[in-house]
Amino acid sequence: MEIDWLSFAPIPSLLGGMILGLAAACYVFLHGRILGISGIISGLLHPKLTDSAWRLSLVLGLISAPFLAALFFGIIPIVEIDSGWLAIVIAGLLVGFGTQYGSGCTSGHGICGLSRLSPRSLVATLAFMAAGFVVVFVIRHLIGG
Amino acid sequence: MKKHVGLFSQYFIGILFGWGLIISGMSNPQKILGFLDLFGSWDPSLIFVMLGAVLVGLAGFYVVSKRTQAFFGGALHIPARRDITKPLIIGSLIFGAGWGIAGFCPGPALVALGAGHLKALVFVAAMLAGMEICERFFTGHRGKPSL
Repeated sequence: MEIDWLSFAPIPSLLGGMILGLAAACYVFLHGRILGISGIISGLLHPKLTDSAWRLSLVLGLISAPFLAALFFGIIPIVEIDSGWLAIVIAGLLVGFGTQYGSGCTSGHGICGLSRLSPRSLVATLAFMAAGFVVVFVIRHLIGG
Repeated sequence: MKKHVGLFSQYFIGILFGWGLIISGMSNPQKILGFLDLFGSWDPSLIFVMLGAVLVGLAGFYVVSKRTQAFFGGALHIPARRDITKPLIIGSLIFGAGWGIAGFCPGPALVALGAGHLKALVFVAAMLAGMEICERFFTGHRGKPSL
């Protein structure tokens, strides 16, 4: 292992992370819910009149975030997608299936779950990180190496 | 009136979360893959993102733990389960595998979609399909709270 010092950005990471934590804290305080993006999205698949509106509002907020960041702060988000189309589709299917089966993703289990010291979320976070490490190792160093 | 305030609040929290992802660099799949590449040239940024998020989150959830209702009214929907189950572990492993393939998880994928990336749109469509497959053939507990 060697550190990628060119990419490593502790200050923006810490600051951005605190904003993520603030959003999650505001969400549970104001709305009484866990800010778990996968759960909020999946609830839209079989919409109930009572809760589709708020789920959609939050999703629209996420989608309009890059435009508004550019508008207000002149920040253009960097998004580099190197994966091919097939990899994108497979990854999407796995992420959708896995977050649904495992009841959460990086926001619900990772940020919120660890913040409320949930043992389930700690296990989930360790599991998805471990799987991510292994898959990237296989793709970059066994197949691609 | 109050319903609209709630919807606006949801929208603004969505924006705030999106900005957090953009500022921390987590809306960039290459940044995620750089973190997951433990055995290559490793970018530890994500650890600092989690650290910042959990520090603020701990305070937030502590404050809420003393309350019985949401600020906008209604009950608190905070999961009480503590059992470590097979679906929890298997599902998280599958999610992590998909995360490692493309570097996208649900939140950043929506932000990248909003930034106009067609591949993010395809990812989100596949993700919805994956959720539907799970729901229809494996869990079938839609409507119950997540986590």
